[in-house]
Order: sequence, then C-alpha cells, then structure tokens
Amino acid sequence: MKLVISIIKPFKLEEIREALTALGIEGLTVSEVRGYGRQKGQTEIYRGAEYTVNFLPKVKVEVVIADDRLDSVLETIQRTASTGRIGDGKIFVMDVQKAVRIRTGETDSDAI
Amino acid sequence: MKLVSRLGAPIGTAVVAALAATPALAADAPKLDTGDTAWMLTSTALVLFMTIPGLALFYGGMVRKKNVLATAMQSFAITCLITVLWMIIGYSLAFDAGTSIVGGLGKFFLKGMGKDALTGTIPESVFMVFQMTFAIITPALITGAFADRMKFSAMLVFIGLWSILVYSPICHWVWGGGFLGSAGVLDFAGGTVVHINSGVAGLVAALVLGKRIGYGEENMAPHNLVLSLMGASMLWVGWFGFNAGSAVAANGAAGMAMAVTQIATAGAALAWMFCEWITLGKPSVLGIISGAVAGLVAITPASGFVAPGGALAIGIVAGIVCWWAAAKLKPMLGYDDSLDAFGIHGVGGIVGAILTGVFASESIGGTKGLLEGNAAQVGLQVYGVAVTLVYTAIATFILLKIVDMTMGLRVNPETERDGLDLNLHGEVVH
Repeated sequence: MKLVISIIKPFKLEEIREALTALGIEGLTVSEVRGYGRQKGQTEIYRGAEYTVNFLPKVKVEVVIADDRLDSVLETIQRTASTGRIGDGKIFVMDVQKAVRIRTGETDSDAI
Repeated sequence: MKLVSRLGAPIGTAVVAALAATPALAADAPKLDTGDTAWMLTSTALVLFMTIPGLALFYGGMVRKKNVLATAMQSFAITCLITVLWMIIGYSLAFDAGTSIVGGLGKFFLKGMGKDALTGTIPESVFMVFQMTFAIITPALITGAFADRMKFSAMLVFIGLWSILVYSPICHWVWGGGFLGSAGVLDFAGGTVVHINSGVAGLVAALVLGKRIGYGEENMAPHNLVLSLMGASMLWVGWFGFNAGSAVAANGAAGMAMAVTQIATAGAALAWMFCEWITLGKPSVLGIISGAVAGLVAITPASGFVAPGGALAIGIVAGIVCWWAAAKLKPMLGYDDSLDAFGIHGVGGIVGAILTGVFASESIGGTKGLLEGNAAQVGLQVYGVAVTLVYTAIATFILLKIVDMTMGLRVNPETERDGLDLNLHGEVVH
C-alpha cells in the first residue's frame, strides 16, 4: 500500500476529488495548509507598507491506495492539478505498513 | 461660524436683556422649531453611529487579529466615559459663556438644562447630546495612532483628562464664543476642533509611546478589511449628521452641507485610489476607503461655506495629500502612527481648514474666500490651524508624560507579542 500526499492549489480540490472518485478511490483526507516552494510567496501593500507573505494557502490531500493503482493515481492527480503555472504544488508517495478499518477490524487491502 | 450665529446670538440677546433689567419676553425670543429639532435628533444618532460601530469596525479591521477586540473596545469604552464626563463638566467648559479661553461652570452637571430650555430653535438637551457625540468621536480617533500597544487603564485616564483639558477648551474657542470663532476662523463642523485636534494628539501619542515591537520588519497587515470597509461606510453615512447636522437646522445650509460632503468624499476616494493605482499598479480596498475618510475629514470645516465645485477640489487635494502622508511621509519620518490618525485626520484636517479659506463662497456661507478676493481668510484659517496644533501638541505631550510617570502608558512586551485581546480583556475574537 502507498500513501499519496498531494499539496495542491485550493481551487483544484473538487476536480481532483471527482477524478479520483472516477478511478474508484473511495476515501481521502483533506486539510487546509500553508506553505511555499520555489514560488516564494507574494507581496501585499497596505498604505505604502509592503509585506511579503511567505506562506500561501494550499490544500493537502492524503489518500491510501493499493500498490497496483499508484501509477494511475499519480498520473490523474498530476494531470488534474496542473495549471502550468508556478505554485501548482507537489506529490509525495510513502509506503504504508498496515491499515485497519476501525468499525470492523478488517486490515490492509480490505480496509482501504 | 455655526455656533457664533447659533449660540452667540441667543447669549448676546440674554446679556442685553439682563442689562436692561427686563424679563426675557422680547418678541423675537427663540422658539422651538419642530423641523429643526427632528433633524437634530436624527443627526445626533448619526454621529454616535460614526463611533460605535463605525470607527470601532474601521479601526478593528485594520489591526492584527490578536488586537481586534482591544481596538473596538477602546471606541466603545470612550463612548461611555466621555458621555459621563461631558454631562458632569465637559459641556459646561465648552459651552457655558465663561471667558474667551474656556467656558465657565454654569452648566456643571447640566445645571439649568430643563425640558423647555432652548439652544437656538432646538431643545438644549438635543444640542447637548449632539455636541456630546462630537466630544466622543474626537478622542476615539486618537486611538488609531497608539493601537496595538497602549494599556487600557492608561488609555482611559489619558482620554478622560484630554477630553476635559484639551477638547472642551478648543471646542469653546471655536464654537462656544471663544477667541478663534470671534476672530472669524471658519470651522463649520470640526476641522480644527475634531480632526486637527485628534490627529495632532495622535502623532504626539505615537511619538511618546514609540513604535510597536517589530514595526517595519514583521507583517502587520490588516486582518479583515471587510470590517474596515463596513466601518468606513458607516462613517460616511454618519458624517451627514456630522456636517449637515452642524447647520443646527433643517434648511438649505444643511442640504448644501450634505451635497458638498458627498462630493468631496467621492473625489478624495477616487484620488487616493488612482494615486495607488499609478504608483503600485493596483487599486486597493484599504486605499479607496482611506481616501473616502480623508475627503470626509477635509470637507468638514468647509461644509457650510463652499459650493460643490470647491468641494470637489478640496476632496481631490485631500485624497492626494493624505495618501502621500500615510504612504510616503510616515515611512520617511519613521514614526509609527498605527492606523494613520495623523496622516488622515491631522493632515486632512489641515488641508480642509486652509482650503476652506480658499474656496469659501459668500453665496453659500456669507464669507468670501481667496478665490472671491478675500486673501485674509486664508491667513485666518492658518492662524486657527496653528493655535490648535500648538496647544494640542503641548497639552497632549504633558498629559501623556504625567500618565506615563504615574501608571505607565505601554503594555509589557510579552502582552504586546501575545496580543491585547487575551492579556487585557481575557477574550479572543474567534
């Protein structure tokens, strides 16, 4: 099993959720986060006072999938989240050792 | 002008009557006018609305999230404090005959203000509360200069003393029969009394308290400009009571004051917006609302004396000059006037007071300005500005130093870092 963590532009969330649902992914976890990459934030100016805002709002999507789905999921997220402009985000993949469905006690592939 | 004509006349009549030892039964004794009274009741409510919630929201939206409640609380608490002080002694020091420097104690605790007492054509009770709302907003404006760092307790003591020792005398000089009004200085609705007064006091307070921790380095961006936009809009609407109400009558002067107020405000808002757009590439919300307030401030002294064309010119000049004061002058001189109480109210007030002398029109307010050949009026206006500025600066400095030595003006650095809301008031906004 793999944990796929995607940091994306907030307005892309709904599109990605729909695309993953179409792939048969049944659950995901979303959080509102702030951060920066090469994009390095933006400048705001109030009555002449300039502030560089380093941390921009992003959405973090976490989804756990079976190993054989990794390529299609990665490809789907990358394609859907891309606008071609700086600040589109990143995707990270990690191995998952175990999964348990709390209600039934099912484990691993039965639990995701 | 407004009070010399409105209050000076009844007092004069009373003095003459007393000298002649006849009861005040003159045929032309002032009579209550229901139309005037209705408009002044309305105006009074409008001006109170400027401070709460108008100014509380305007300032509250501009500070950081950790200081919103403390900032809004200052406006609300000042409203309550000044109401009581005005009732006890402030009104008497401003509007009792007294001397040309300060009013007497004849109206101490509103003595003599019965149900039937009149000021001009309206009940004295209405006049007293109308003027009270001006006495409330003036010190509340100062709080913008020391936002984010002053102790609430010290703020209450300072503002209370300031109201009695600075506001009431200056109000008396201009409107209560004092020497500035008698000299012919024009201030229809409070350019000197309210705006130069509070703006200069704010600058002195910003200098005495010092900069906020992290000023110029940390992000001090406004936390919610929608609150500020709502507050500025309430100020704009309430200002019709402030300016048109200063006619103290429901008549053509009030109508013209309303018209020029609207025109100058729009001109200043657009001027500030375009200044930003040209220099920074974007027209900002904070910019257009700041410009509107600058226009409201600048037209205040002129609102009973200028025609619509003059109002538009005053608005545009005020928008440009106040933008320059807030965005360029402040960084250049390095003082930390948190919310630009001086940049907008002090500078806007000075611009408005002087331009009143330029654009005053005899057909509107009975006095000619520079453009109608009366250059001396500009000199008179400068005199009014200078006297107010010097007295306010010195008196404010002394009061702040006294409070600083006895109880301390500034919160400790830890409180300032964590936020005033939690540390001073035990609450957080959300």
